[in-house]
Amino acid sequence: MIKTASIYCRLGFRAWLGLALLGLTLPGLGLIAPQAGAEALDFEARRINLAMSQEPPDLNSITSTDAVSGLVLDHVLQGLMTYNQQRQLVGGVAERWQLRDDGATFWLRPQARWSDGRPVTAADFVFAWQQAVAPGSGSEYAFILFPIRNAQAINRGQMPVTELGVKAIDAHTLEVQLHQPCPYFLDLTAFRTYYPLRSDFYQAQQGKYGAEAANLLFNGPFMLTEWIHGASLKMQKNPHYWDRASIWLEHIDVPYITEDPNAHMNLYRDQKIAMVDGLGSDSLEGALQSRMQIKSFLDGAIFYLEFNHVPGRVTANRHLRKAIQSVLNTDDLVYKVIGSPGTHPAYTIFPRWMQGHRDLFTREYPPSRPVLDAARGRHYMELARQELGLAQLPAINLLADDSPGGQKVTQFLQTLLQQSLGLEVRVDMQIFKQRLAKMSAGDFDLVIAGWGPDYNDLLTYGDLFYSENMNNRGRYNSADYDHWVRVAQASLQPELRMQAFAAMQDLLFEDVIVVPLYERGRTYVQHPRLQGVVRRAIGGDPNFNYARIVAPLDGQP
Amino acid sequence: MLVFILKRLLSGVITIWFIASATFLAMHAVPGDPLANPKAVSEEIRQNLASRYGLDQPLPKQYLVFMGNLLQGDFGISFTQKNRRVNDIIREHFPVSALLGVLALVIATAGGILWGALTAIYRDKWPDSLIMLLVVISISVPSFVFALLGQLAILKLNSWLGFSLLPVAGWGSLAHMWMPALVLGLGTMAYLTRLMRSSMLEVAAADYLRTARAKGLPGRRIFFRHQLRNAILPVVTVLGPAIAAITTGGFVVELVFAIPGLGRYFVQAVQQLDYTVIMGTTVFYGAFLVFMVLAVDILYGVIDPRIRLVGAGGE
Repeated sequence: MIKTASIYCRLGFRAWLGLALLGLTLPGLGLIAPQAGAEALDFEARRINLAMSQEPPDLNSITSTDAVSGLVLDHVLQGLMTYNQQRQLVGGVAERWQLRDDGATFWLRPQARWSDGRPVTAADFVFAWQQAVAPGSGSEYAFILFPIRNAQAINRGQMPVTELGVKAIDAHTLEVQLHQPCPYFLDLTAFRTYYPLRSDFYQAQQGKYGAEAANLLFNGPFMLTEWIHGASLKMQKNPHYWDRASIWLEHIDVPYITEDPNAHMNLYRDQKIAMVDGLGSDSLEGALQSRMQIKSFLDGAIFYLEFNHVPGRVTANRHLRKAIQSVLNTDDLVYKVIGSPGTHPAYTIFPRWMQGHRDLFTREYPPSRPVLDAARGRHYMELARQELGLAQLPAINLLADDSPGGQKVTQFLQTLLQQSLGLEVRVDMQIFKQRLAKMSAGDFDLVIAGWGPDYNDLLTYGDLFYSENMNNRGRYNSADYDHWVRVAQASLQPELRMQAFAAMQDLLFEDVIVVPLYERGRTYVQHPRLQGVVRRAIGGDPNFNYARIVAPLDGQP
Repeated sequence: MLVFILKRLLSGVITIWFIASATFLAMHAVPGDPLANPKAVSEEIRQNLASRYGLDQPLPKQYLVFMGNLLQGDFGISFTQKNRRVNDIIREHFPVSALLGVLALVIATAGGILWGALTAIYRDKWPDSLIMLLVVISISVPSFVFALLGQLAILKLNSWLGFSLLPVAGWGSLAHMWMPALVLGLGTMAYLTRLMRSSMLEVAAADYLRTARAKGLPGRRIFFRHQLRNAILPVVTVLGPAIAAITTGGFVVELVFAIPGLGRYFVQAVQQLDYTVIMGTTVFYGAFLVFMVLAVDILYGVIDPRIRLVGAGGE
């Protein structure tokens, strides 16, 4: 054997080690440059830095459906109505308005401007709404305009878009005809799909509207000035916004786009971003250990165990559903299984923060709570077995997706039903899109479903179990329930509507349409010097329109 | 040589066609509806959407339309990134992945050759054992662990220094690239180190080295001229696949360091059943891999004159 080392005696080990290290670090040397505007907050420049979980998939307001795009859209565009810092509905582009049984009139602010300085006119709303319901646009949210006369027929391709019940009387007066009385129509006009679009600009983009920052026009408090796909985007205060005096921030920068929650947390720790939203259990633990101040709010999403009500399914049997209701301890589920601060057990489909007539709805009409009793549950099981004429109840399948959070809840339910009722549950685990497909096809006995609100009215939750609602995946069908939904849809009397919602709530419990599970709380950390950020379930969240940075104290970062 | 390249190109085209067809079939066989959303839509709205993306056509027709567009180099419009052409996605994001990949490869190759040579020199001594231990760790630990550790290391360094020496994540300057590139290249570096070590030891026992020593050549000259140069050859062989693996395999690193590379789009497209992006990126990566392997074959012949390419015609 040759003694290799002896040959290289002149080139010592240390020299080699140095050379090797140099090879490793060479690309890093001399490349360390201080980055301007990289800090989380800049008081002087009135700038905040944020990170997003993904690239906005669709910045065309008439087709956009997701929350990430919504975060951008709700800062750069504004509808007739909008929500203020106190989460109240106030005039946006509209200065005055009048809602009637058969329609509505909006008088637009003459000082409302697009980012190129031209006025926002009634025609811009007519154009946007016509585009949104036009079948060729393929807008998934076209349904939200269906209260407007002829909207549904146009979307079905049965009428030309010009038949839509909306007219520009003059440049600043918009006249809307409604299909039927719509008590929550003003709230609808604050929604994204109702945002204005200017036809000359829209058509000049030749189908690329919203694809790049340059393919967009703005009438909101901010403008999207730079968008590098997948990498970063920048928003800047809109100098033409009519209420610019109440906007303090000049810049909202998003220099980081990644789905990785750890990266968000590390950027926050390195003081590069001002907020980490939606902390998972890992991030939450880390944040608690570092003694960060954890904040939380109810994001409006409500989760429930949905039954398949189609005749022939065992879950169509009311006693079987009663049995499940009698043993499902939602407190255990929320506090022991989910364990996320801010998440609350749900006892009804209506969230605790929604307004009723004079007070919060659930305070005016407290929901019934099931008596948890396994013996009673087994008694209901026995009744169900007899009614179905079976020697033994078959295994039922629980449709679920493979998300880590979903798996915990699924296992909890499976174990619970098996142990306390002797009901065998087979978990049908699917990827997300396939779970959705199976849900729509009604291919399940049980499924854990979730719902987020579209507008600020109890009906956005209440009509979920209306027989004609596409989101009623369990195909619950009751003339009683439908009656109350129609009352709430068409009545302009708040008291009568609240009674209708209360009746739906009672039916939900008595008939066990679903078993409500929890109202989701979203946890987040936010730079202590950043204030005025509005967190809300409706109207785009989070919102930085009214955010400001507190001046730094000496010696404080 | 020309005949060889033409032959290889033809077989490359067939390979790509096969990749495209197999992906197309597999993609449509995967359960799930690409147009499904958490909020249900009415049948008419669904129809409007399906016809927009051509999904209302029978599958063979969709295949022919896809192949027709592919021949014209058009991958269509993304399902999830509305109004964005797949061609634009590849054009904008592949350079990012490629740049990161090249940097990673430079680090991996330089590191691999140096560390490998070092282990061979100090064979069976403690530097050898130490480096080989690190090599085993680098090969066996998955890259997301290193990515997280790398990010954490920057974070700790910055907070210890009191200012940001290196960015924790993001993209834009060379300072952003070096940790992700190191993490991305680590596995390949370890692999190359091992390869280089065995190659060096093999060469060390060769006759021509003994001759060189017998001639009384200085040790340094023997090392660089004869041993290192010959030992590098196997390393070149694996570079082709390594380039492809590094430029395409950066998904985790791109995610952790918030880098706008193509890998993220590729993986997300599969998760979201974004048909056009799945097809576009798969075909593109397939073509890239085929091209890289071909390029290395040609390069190999240039470096080592002893190798004659089959099909190059009789000498």
